[in-house]
Amino acid sequence: METIYQLIAGWFAGKPEWLPLAIAIAVPILFIVGVYPAIFAYTTLVERKALGRVQNRYGPNRVGRWGILQPLADGLKLLTKEDIVPRDADKFTHFLAPVIAVIPSVLLFAIVPIAPGLVPVNLNIGILFAFAISTASVLALFMGGWASRNKFSLLGAMRAVAQVVSYEVPMVLAAVAVVMAAGSLSTLDIVKAQTRGGLEIAGWFVFQPWGFVGFVLFAIGAMAESARTPFDIPEAESEIIAGYHTEYSGFKFALFQLGEYLAAIAMAGITVTMFLGGYLGPGIHIPYIGGFIAAFWFFLKLGCMILLNIWIRGTWPRVRVDQLMGFAWKVLLPMSILNIAVVGLWHFMGNKVLAWGVTAAILGLAFVILAKISAAGNIEKRTYRYAN
Amino acid sequence: MIQQISPIPTGMIETQTIEVSIGPQHPSTHGVFRMDAVLDGETVVGLKPVMGYLHRNHEQLAERMTWLASIPYTDRLDYFNSMTNNWALCLSVEKLAGIKVPERAEYIRVIVSELTRILNHSCVIGFMLQDLGAWGTPLLYAFREREKILDLFESLSGARMMCNYMRFGGVRVDMTDAMVAQAKDIVAKFPRFLDEFEQLLSNNEVLLARCQKVGILPKELAINASISGPMARASGVDYDIRKVDKYGVYGRFDFRVPLGEVGDVYDRYYIRVLEMRESIKILNQALRDLPAGAFVAPEVKLRNFKIPPGDGYGRVEAPKGELGFYLVSDEGGKMPYRYHCRPPSFINLTTLEDMCLGHKVADVVIILGSVDIVLGEVDR
Repeated sequence: METIYQLIAGWFAGKPEWLPLAIAIAVPILFIVGVYPAIFAYTTLVERKALGRVQNRYGPNRVGRWGILQPLADGLKLLTKEDIVPRDADKFTHFLAPVIAVIPSVLLFAIVPIAPGLVPVNLNIGILFAFAISTASVLALFMGGWASRNKFSLLGAMRAVAQVVSYEVPMVLAAVAVVMAAGSLSTLDIVKAQTRGGLEIAGWFVFQPWGFVGFVLFAIGAMAESARTPFDIPEAESEIIAGYHTEYSGFKFALFQLGEYLAAIAMAGITVTMFLGGYLGPGIHIPYIGGFIAAFWFFLKLGCMILLNIWIRGTWPRVRVDQLMGFAWKVLLPMSILNIAVVGLWHFMGNKVLAWGVTAAILGLAFVILAKISAAGNIEKRTYRYAN
Repeated sequence: MIQQISPIPTGMIETQTIEVSIGPQHPSTHGVFRMDAVLDGETVVGLKPVMGYLHRNHEQLAERMTWLASIPYTDRLDYFNSMTNNWALCLSVEKLAGIKVPERAEYIRVIVSELTRILNHSCVIGFMLQDLGAWGTPLLYAFREREKILDLFESLSGARMMCNYMRFGGVRVDMTDAMVAQAKDIVAKFPRFLDEFEQLLSNNEVLLARCQKVGILPKELAINASISGPMARASGVDYDIRKVDKYGVYGRFDFRVPLGEVGDVYDRYYIRVLEMRESIKILNQALRDLPAGAFVAPEVKLRNFKIPPGDGYGRVEAPKGELGFYLVSDEGGKMPYRYHCRPPSFINLTTLEDMCLGHKVADVVIILGSVDIVLGEVDR
């Protein structure tokens, strides 16, 4: 497997040395800046359509056929809207926050491989980089909430900080299990590790007991980190208006949305890479077109993850802030720590079929116990009587 | 603006409460209603409801116009349930004037009122789930059913929400056979919708965790504060005016009154679901037994309608609680000397602070949603 640079260097043999390097830098940047925002734009459309279907309505269908020009119209509308800055706001910070909200989300795509060898930057510490960058996004949320000088913004910003910092922990621990199994922090190596032993689809981490638990933990953490329903409490509309972006309008608001959606898409991409086999799938070894098939599998899986997010958003109420924190520290954290121990067990058990059964039993038992403990005293079944 | 947070003294962290004005422009205050909340972090330590942004002089207006002319104004009180509002006023006037209502009219009144009840309860649950952050899905499911009922009301009265349908001594227009068939169709399909609704909501972990033991209204407080309707019954108060007064022909129907134990948001949610099921039972019986005959008392002359001096109070079980009108007629008797409305939304709202204290900001909006207010009725 070759990386982009090696591929391009092969084509430009004999040319000045900086040329292939410059191209190898420019192409991924253009790809990230061009393709992922387009995916964002159409994610918003698909989201509105899918939510519409969930809710017995059509969704946007006025702008272009099936509403396919709706994202353009939305963008134009937001661009031409008045940019309101509250009089008492900290103007510089207020301006800076939406910009900073986008940057970490874009940077996250640098380590997401979309085909064999085709990763913008093949960092040997890829997963570590992803967590370092994604945590930085909370800075923008707090800056926005603080600078707006609005109590609802402040409440939203405080909720955002508490939530993102808490969910970071189980998420990282879920990733540690994958790193232990793959033996590498590089995203390309993690994908390759999922074909180990000649297994095709059965080798994906999500089909191992510990991998499935890790997948669920990571997906929940990713949902919470990108503030999606049912964890959208930093911008809970019915409680604190719009949270940290209450005082943002026009394109600054659009930038917040862009950052949030890009982070959600990037997190979905990392989830696919770590648990769902990344670009792996039937037909990726066919000469010439194998790379395209691999990219197709990757984007298909990415789309499924995004649709899962939308589906959950359409059907679940929001949790309360203390329940959210309790869930992170009392349920997800013990589960993710146990998961790490189970991966170690898996690694040292020779017979993988036996290991599958044993680890599944351990994790299943732990889940049942945790669910019992966390539900005790909170939820009761009720019966109702009737007056005579 | 944000109060200055005092410098941290050595040894302990000292914080201050902040005062947040929730409303009158807020996504989940159900209109122009304001709550002055004092927050300690996320916890509510003080809450003052502020009303009156939608005051429209309803009572004074009614004292300056004929008895008949007030009926369309009652539509605008609780604009979700104009049928029961009409009935409450008509019942008071009929009591005062001693008018006998024909059988068929009584049955039609029961049918439209119970349809109003299931419409109101399903939408209230939808709105409450909207406040819980369920992104409109339960609300739009409820609105789908509401549309069918509103279509019937439109063909019956000419208007979907402001029906202006009842008259002293009966109803304005008769219910044709086609409309009865339409109503039967709605009633036959509604239990399926309820099952679907419950499947989506009643066992949802997040809903249970959010609603149970939140906003508890003790039985004693509910009685002392004169709470009525589903809210009182969720706190275990056995008080349903359909059973207590047996006004109209309610004495003839077989239905039960569900009662809650705890009196929290979940009980208020589930009591409404159970009440809808009971309403379906009433509707089935009323549609089956609907007699032929006059739909309005022929001896009542609405032109130059006069009432001899006296006073009277008539009340109905509106979907939100006890809706009553106290009317005084004096010499002349062309218009009320005194016209007083007892709005259930307003009186149920008075216990809001007791229910909210100690809970989080997020709970305040669902407690408000479970009280079920319409600002048209709160402020009048």
